[in-house]
Amino acid sequence: MASSADGNTTDDAAASVPRNGLVAVVKRDCPTCELIAPVLADIEARGLLTVFTQDDAAFPEAVAARVHDNDLGFSWHHDIETVPTLMRFADGAEAGRIVGWSRPEWESFSGLGSLGAGLPEHRPGCGSLSVDPAHVDALEARFGGSGLSARRVEFGSQEDAHEAMFDRGWSDGLPLVPPTAERVAAMLAGTSRAPDEVVANVAPDLADCTVEKAAVNAVMAGCRPEYFPVVLAALTAVCNDTFNMHGMLATTMPVGPVFIVNGPIARQIGMNNGINVFGQGNRANSTIGRAVQLIVRNVGGGRPGEVDRAALGQPGKVGFCFAEIEAAADGSTGESGGTGWDPLCTDFGFEAGTNAVTAFPGEAPRSVVDQLSRDPESLARTMAAALNAIHHPKLVLGFDAILAVAPDHSRVFIDSGWTRQQTAGRINELTTRPGSELVRGADGIAEGVPDFLAEADLPKFREGGLHLVHCGGGAGLFSAVIGGWVNGEVGAQPVCVEIDPWR
Amino acid sequence: MSTVVLDPTNEAAPAHRERVTRPDSLDGLTVGLLDISKPRGDRFLNRLEERLTERGLRVERYSKPTFTKPAPVDLRHEIATKCDVVIEALAD
Repeated sequence: MASSADGNTTDDAAASVPRNGLVAVVKRDCPTCELIAPVLADIEARGLLTVFTQDDAAFPEAVAARVHDNDLGFSWHHDIETVPTLMRFADGAEAGRIVGWSRPEWESFSGLGSLGAGLPEHRPGCGSLSVDPAHVDALEARFGGSGLSARRVEFGSQEDAHEAMFDRGWSDGLPLVPPTAERVAAMLAGTSRAPDEVVANVAPDLADCTVEKAAVNAVMAGCRPEYFPVVLAALTAVCNDTFNMHGMLATTMPVGPVFIVNGPIARQIGMNNGINVFGQGNRANSTIGRAVQLIVRNVGGGRPGEVDRAALGQPGKVGFCFAEIEAAADGSTGESGGTGWDPLCTDFGFEAGTNAVTAFPGEAPRSVVDQLSRDPESLARTMAAALNAIHHPKLVLGFDAILAVAPDHSRVFIDSGWTRQQTAGRINELTTRPGSELVRGADGIAEGVPDFLAEADLPKFREGGLHLVHCGGGAGLFSAVIGGWVNGEVGAQPVCVEIDPWR
Repeated sequence: MSTVVLDPTNEAAPAHRERVTRPDSLDGLTVGLLDISKPRGDRFLNRLEERLTERGLRVERYSKPTFTKPAPVDLRHEIATKCDVVIEALAD
């Protein structure tokens, strides 16, 4: 038990509790406590009273049996919410309590008459320091049995905490928030899951990641507790054979998990689906994907130059997460414009309106410009031409893609009654080309599909491999392509996971 | 006051770096003498150098620019590279 030079430890305080008698909990910063200080002295003089003082060891001066609840352990363990609180102990157990100051109550509770002559009849108390927001997380971490079992790492007294975290290899290259027990306890409040529950088995070390370890990394990433259910869902989305996080690390291709959040939770936690949707400036967008990547790094041991063998990588590997524009339940769509399209999660069997996160194995986004097309066929042709270039214009079927359509473009399709599926279907048709144009050597380019496909008509994408996502600012006739990694059994498949079970 | 944080890793590696094992004997080793630039530290180190040299040991002398700050990284690196053990003089 930690001790301090100027106060008592919890053990000392516990030893001071009488088996039978009265205990008052006060603080000097409470005017009601100041007001009733003479009453406490009076009760002490007339019987057995112990006063626990929260803030000032010298208060109340007139009472001799005074215990400084220096670490607030007594107050925390006895659920003190208000000061003053007057408690009665009988045979070592609490037998009742009253809070604030009320002469009749105090007289009846203590069995003593004529208390507080000259004082007002009633005064409400003040908040206990043990429920002060400034202390409650620390107390929860220290006394709460919060189940925090991660190894404690103590930095040297001369060591700068931020530099120390870089030195230990925990960082992705950007500063980290120090994951103190207080911050981790606060993060854990974002989920109803137990800290020791295993969320995922993380590649490449195939190490189990508990809710607690996920919270530690989410703190470091800069997440707020309300983002945490999304982090947990996103983590489960990537840690499975279908998504194949291990392969995505080990590949020399420039890909990483891209997270798209659907459902009301995106709005509730303040995610961006509008202007600069892939860019900087939104805390949730910037930290949720980062938290998952830090878990892969720190729990899974996936680090660049080790198992991560990407030749070039891409900046989204720090963390890439955004929300989709969806119609609200009332049909409103916010400032980003209208939507007649169902959300991405419906591609994976979830109802529109579900809180869900989709992990897509993706490269960095690339802009598609078309400022002249006003009919959907023309714009679909633009999209097809842009999508054909993914990874290589002559390579087909091996890579999925996200086509992120901004409102000025989606409007062209929606106003003509094209659903998301119809639009994707037409784009797929338009990407279909004769194999003779794509085989190795065609067009003077050695790269291409094998010769046996020369007679086939080949679409760019496998069935269901093209996902349209609706996002971006309300002005600008642009879309973006996010190319995928190798699909199918040898590569990765997008995975969509419901978020609510992780709340 | 030092910061205590929760380990974000899978805890497969030790949290603390191990210290170099202390030698059983100074025979044949190079001893670094680091003056932290407190007054009269040099007198203490001069005497130590005499005693160590009498024993046939090789001695390298170093001094920090100021005792108020940690030794510069280059100095630490030089000491670590050239010396087997180091004695730091704290005097006043």
